[in-house]
Amino acid sequence: MRPAGKGAHDSLYFTYPAFTAPDRAHVLAREGCKVAIVGAGPVGMFAALTLARFGIASVLFDKKDTFNDGSRAICVQRSSYQALERAGAVKPFIEKAYGWTMGRTFYRGEQILEFEMPHSDSEKYLPMYNIQQQFIEQYLWDAVAASPLIETRWCSEVTGADDTESGARLSVQDTNGRYQIEAEWVLAADGARSAIRSMRGLRLKGDNFPGRYVIADVQMDHAYQTIRRALFDSKSNPDKTILIHRQPDNIWRIDYQMPDGQSEEEAISEDNIRDNVGRILRDIDYQGAWELEWWSIYSANTLALDDYRDGRVIFIGDSAHIVPIFGVRGLNNGLADAENAGWKLARVLKGLSDERLMDSYSPERRGATLDVFENATKSARFMTPPTKGWTVMRDAALSLALDHEWAGAFANPRQMEPFTYTDGGAVLSHTETAGSVKPGAVLPNERLSDDAYLSDLLGNGFTLIVLEEKDPAGLDALKASLLGLDPELECITSGHIRARFGAAGLSRLHERLGTQPGATLLIRPDGYLAGAWPTCVADVIVAQATAAFGRKETH
Amino acid sequence: MALNFADLEIVYEELARTLDRLSPSEREVFLCKLSLLMARDLGDLSRVQAMIQTAQNHLETL
Ligand SMILES: Cc1cc2nc3c(=O)[nH]c(=O)nc-3n(C[C@H](O)[C@H](O)[C@H](O)COP(=O)(O)OP(=O)(O)OC[C@H]3O[C@@H](n4cnc5c(N)ncnc54)[C@H](O)[C@@H]3O)c2cc1C
Repeated sequence: MRPAGKGAHDSLYFTYPAFTAPDRAHVLAREGCKVAIVGAGPVGMFAALTLARFGIASVLFDKKDTFNDGSRAICVQRSSYQALERAGAVKPFIEKAYGWTMGRTFYRGEQILEFEMPHSDSEKYLPMYNIQQQFIEQYLWDAVAASPLIETRWCSEVTGADDTESGARLSVQDTNGRYQIEAEWVLAADGARSAIRSMRGLRLKGDNFPGRYVIADVQMDHAYQTIRRALFDSKSNPDKTILIHRQPDNIWRIDYQMPDGQSEEEAISEDNIRDNVGRILRDIDYQGAWELEWWSIYSANTLALDDYRDGRVIFIGDSAHIVPIFGVRGLNNGLADAENAGWKLARVLKGLSDERLMDSYSPERRGATLDVFENATKSARFMTPPTKGWTVMRDAALSLALDHEWAGAFANPRQMEPFTYTDGGAVLSHTETAGSVKPGAVLPNERLSDDAYLSDLLGNGFTLIVLEEKDPAGLDALKASLLGLDPELECITSGHIRARFGAAGLSRLHERLGTQPGATLLIRPDGYLAGAWPTCVADVIVAQATAAFGRKETH
Repeated sequence: MALNFADLEIVYEELARTLDRLSPSEREVFLCKLSLLMARDLGDLSRVQAMIQTAQNHLETL
């Protein structure tokens, strides 16, 4: 919502584009597509970019004529930056967003916790960046619009998705009329109220938390670092919680738990928003002028589909899961869904993998969602305790934290590391690990020189890292066999690393990965470790990799 | 040796769930019984007395 007299897209700092529906003759001429993506929110656009990264064309539908209104999701985590980089879209994000590593929690005006998110020189990106969702959508859109492989149809609502022999038939209603289009695969990125989900008779399942939050953005010249500030039981919102985040363009996000005794309608009336925000700003010692930009209301839910795949329809982003904001995983998880589904689908469409590779999508990404639920549930129980028992314990912990540092840890928002995949078959979990890196985890990054990181060496497709002291005699043969698995395969050897970064670079890499000379690692296109072997045993690697990612006919 | 945070968190959660199962009048008695059990196990009167003091800090509502 925006102040009286302003339209839904009337922003103090952002100009929303105005899109129109595609030409009627054009949509009628095209009968089918390989991949249809329903929803051009951040997740749908990122899925299109990921498919394009592997040379796969898609058609992207959205019923709106512009981006989502309001700043919505603002915290983008490190792993999302890495994914954006792989899709060639990270540059504008680096230029615009504010990175951060730290948070402070206050109880009754006193600081009880200062936490640092995991970070070191080995990392290319900071643990978290703040940027408004409309910039996220703008930058993704710039990349989508520049890709010859993506056709976007705005003002185009998908009203039906029926199975056919070879995929699905979508019914589309745009400003110029109705039409149908066939797709081999459908990615449903149509958001929390997914129409495709209802059309397919599917429902999200899980819990709702009590406690509602108002999200308000204000523009002001406030001198404070980019950190996460959390206020419990403050003068301006007694017994309740407040979160404050800085965003680009002098925008500040004030999330506050609705005061008792206000109905939802009252809470979101402009007068009440101005009152509450004004009180909070005085509480944090801000005396200057401020302008109200946008606000919304939010409650914490942990909801997910039982299966993110329904035949040829794959659910990605909010259509598949809704998570509480406290873990800042809504958007970040959605981007990871899009990349996971994207690279796998690209392999299937290119004939490099069987369709069964898609079976690994739901266990991996649903597993990640359940992991978020577990942590976000802890956070939500602390931010908005659901019952007397949780309230008493929360208040006891906060009260102790005023005198005891250890008790402050209960207030940590637990914005954890990416999830480690175990189920689904797209991780070679039976291989012996080489060192401290486990298949199914994100490959750790390492800085190898002033301007190069391990992640910069990885290829677009799979990457084989062979840390043999001498290039093994069979390396060429191994490469040749694996090229059948992935023509884009990149191969990195100890020799390459030593030649570019010296012996010191190589030993830094071993130290970071906990590997011994001889270790061989296979990295997936999404930066996850597929398999690790203590030595480069070519026939074992080829057999395992082919079984997991290849085609059945070929072995 | 102090309990590590992960274990402490398990205690926190078990207590929250237990409090929710008890009636308001049972809660007080339960917490006192638990304190006595812990005090006995701790085996150090002066530390228990110090904790009784500490736990009284900041009880007033704002
Ligand atoms: C008011 C609000 C505040 C939020 N605040 C936060 C926050 O503070 N932190 C956080 O992490 N997350 C927040 N979120 C969640 C975050 O915005 C989402 O996780 C993120 O936008 C998910 O992206 P998505 O692409 O999956 O879905 P969406 O961004 O919802 O995109 C779905 C798209 O599908 C389109 N669509 C829907 N149905 C159809 C159809 N039938 N045919 C064609 N197109 C269709 C829609 O027009 C829309 O563009 C907020 C969400 C809302 C609504």
